[in-house]
Amino acid sequence: MKVIVCAKQVPDTNEIKINPETGSLIRDGVPSILNPDDANALEEALKLKDMYPDTHITVVSMGPPQAQDMLFECLAMGADEAILLSDRAVGGSDTYATSNAISAVIDKYKKEFGDFDIIFGGRQAIDGDTAQVGPQIAEKQHLPQVTYVVDFKLSDDKKTVTVKRQLEDGYEEIEVKTPCMLTCTKELNQPRYMSMKGIFNKDKKITVWSAADCEVDLSVVGLKASPTNVYRSFTPRPKGKGVMVAGDTEAEIAANLIASFKEKHII
Amino acid sequence: MSTNLADYKNIWVFAEQRQGKIMGVALELIGEACKLAKDISDETEVCAVLVGDGIEDLAKECFEYGADKVYLLQHPLLKNFTTDAYAKVMTEAMEVYKPEIVLYGATHIGRDLAPRIAARSHTGLTADCTHLDVSVAKYIEFAKANTTLDTSTLDPESKDTGLKMTRPAFGGNLMATIVSPRTRPQMATVRPGVMSKREREAGRTGEVIKVDVKLSEADVRTKILNIVKEAKEMVSLTDADIICSGGRGLGGPEGFKLIQEFADKVGGVVGSSRACVDNGWIDHAHQVGQTGTTVKPKIYFACGISGAIQHLAGMQDSDIIVAINKDPDAPIFEVADYGIVGDLYKVIPQIMEAWDK
Repeated sequence: MKVIVCAKQVPDTNEIKINPETGSLIRDGVPSILNPDDANALEEALKLKDMYPDTHITVVSMGPPQAQDMLFECLAMGADEAILLSDRAVGGSDTYATSNAISAVIDKYKKEFGDFDIIFGGRQAIDGDTAQVGPQIAEKQHLPQVTYVVDFKLSDDKKTVTVKRQLEDGYEEIEVKTPCMLTCTKELNQPRYMSMKGIFNKDKKITVWSAADCEVDLSVVGLKASPTNVYRSFTPRPKGKGVMVAGDTEAEIAANLIASFKEKHII
Repeated sequence: MSTNLADYKNIWVFAEQRQGKIMGVALELIGEACKLAKDISDETEVCAVLVGDGIEDLAKECFEYGADKVYLLQHPLLKNFTTDAYAKVMTEAMEVYKPEIVLYGATHIGRDLAPRIAARSHTGLTADCTHLDVSVAKYIEFAKANTTLDTSTLDPESKDTGLKMTRPAFGGNLMATIVSPRTRPQMATVRPGVMSKREREAGRTGEVIKVDVKLSEADVRTKILNIVKEAKEMVSLTDADIICSGGRGLGGPEGFKLIQEFADKVGGVVGSSRACVDNGWIDHAHQVGQTGTTVKPKIYFACGISGAIQHLAGMQDSDIIVAINKDPDAPIFEVADYGIVGDLYKVIPQIMEAWDK
C-alpha cells in the first residue's frame, strides 16, 4: 500500500508568551514541534506498516526549510520518506491556498510514484486550530473524506476502510473505499517514539521541492491568492481583579452568581 | 477571482439538524444573523437552510427564532449527514441563490462540511469565530470594550459592510479578525454557545423555498453503518470546559464527594490543589498547578483553595474563575472574576440548586 501523511511543524502554543506592550507573539525560544494530531496520523500509518510491511509511507509538508527537523522526526518514527514544499511563493497562504499547494505536491507524487491508497492528516494544527486544510485537500484531490477519526480498520483486501467518526455525543461508523482522506484525533492512538534505528538510518531522505519542482500554479497559492486576509490582530484585554458576589444568604449569593453567568453568556 | 460582489445578497444560516432536531447553535446563528442583517441594509434577509429528509416541520422553529426565509433541501440521501451529499446540494444552492454570507455552527458536522464547500466555491472560510461584525463602528465598539487593539486607524463612518470575523489563534494567546474582501459568499463557522438566540416569537412565519435537489447514490462515497449515542466519557482536565477544584478548605477527603456532585451537576471534572494530593485525599491525576496539570477551562471553581503561586500558575488563564473561600484575604481572590466569601459546604449546594433555574 502507499500511504501519504500530511504533517505540519508548529510552534508549541503552550510555550508562547505575549509581549504585553506590543501585543505581539514572542516566538523566541518557543520550540517547534510536530503538530500533535499529525503525530496520530503518522502513527496510524505506521500501524498499517507494522501489519503490512510493504506499506510505503510518505510524509508531505509545507513550510520553511527548518520544517525538515520535524520531517526527520517523522522518518525516525518509521516513515519511509518525506517531501517538503518550501518556497517563498507559497508563503502567507491561508487554508484555501495551502490546500492548493499541498494538492499540487500530491499530484506530483502521483506522477512520480503512482496512485496512493490513503491520505492521513491530523484533525487540526495547534497554531491555527482551523481543521480546514484536510477537507480542502480532499476536495482538490476529489477524494471522499472522514474527519475526527477515532478508530480505523482496513479490510483484508485493503480496498475498504471502516472508521469511527467522533461526534459531540457519540460516534458514527462509516465505511469508505480507498483512496480516501482521513483526519485523525488524539483518541485514535498513542504515537510511538523515534527509534534509535530510525534516528541513525541515513538511507531515508527528505526531498525539498520548490514551487517550480512540483509545478504549482502560482496564481492559486500564496498571500495574494488567499481569499481570507487578516484585518486586525490583537491580544485579549488582560483581566483585572473581579467582583465579590453580593447577597445576604448563600442562596442569594448563588442566585446572583448564576444570573451574572447568564447575562454574560458564560453558561 | 472576478466575482461581482454586488450580486450576492442575504445571510444564510446552515440550520444543522440531527435526527430531525435543530441544533441549538443554528438558532443562535439565526439570532446573530438578524443583528448583522440590520447593519448591512434594510433589504438584507436572514435565511435558514434546512438540509435533510422529512424535515419541513423544522421551518416553523427557524421562523419563530428570526428567519425571514427558509430554503428546504430535501432528499432521502440527505437523511443523515454525509460530506459528499451535503456539500453538493449546499454548493449548488449557493450558486443559484448567491448569498452574501453563510454561517455554520462549529460542530463536528459544520467543521467537516464548511471547508469542503469553501474549497469547491473558491471562497474564504474562517473557523471557530467567537465574534462577528459587519459595521466598522460596531467593530470599533467591540474592540474598545474587549481588546487592546488601537482603533485609531479605523474609520467609524466607513461604509464597509464586509464580514469581520474574530477568532482566537495560537491557543488563545492571540485574537485575529479575518475578512474575505474579494470573494463571495463570506463564510464562517461559529462556536456553539457564544451567540444569542432571539426570544421565540410564536406564530412568526415566512417564505419557504423548496430547492430542487439533484442527488444519486453514486454522489455519496461514504456509507454510514451506524450512529451511536454515548454518555459523555470522563474527560481529562485539559479538555474540560468546567473544572470544580477542591483545596485544603474541604477539611478532609470526604469533601471531594461534594466536589464530585458539584462537577456532575455542572458538567465539569474534578480538580484539586497540591495540598489535597499531598495529604492523600485525592489522586494526583486531579492536581492542577505548576507540578500538576495546566488548565484553561471556561469556568474554574476554586473551592476552599487559598491560591498558592504554584496553583495559580496552572489555572489563572481560565476564562472565568470563581473563588469560594472563608478567608476574605486569600490570594485566590486576586485572580478571581467572582469572589464568594463563605462556607463552601453551604455555598456549593446553593449554586447547584441555582444552576438549573
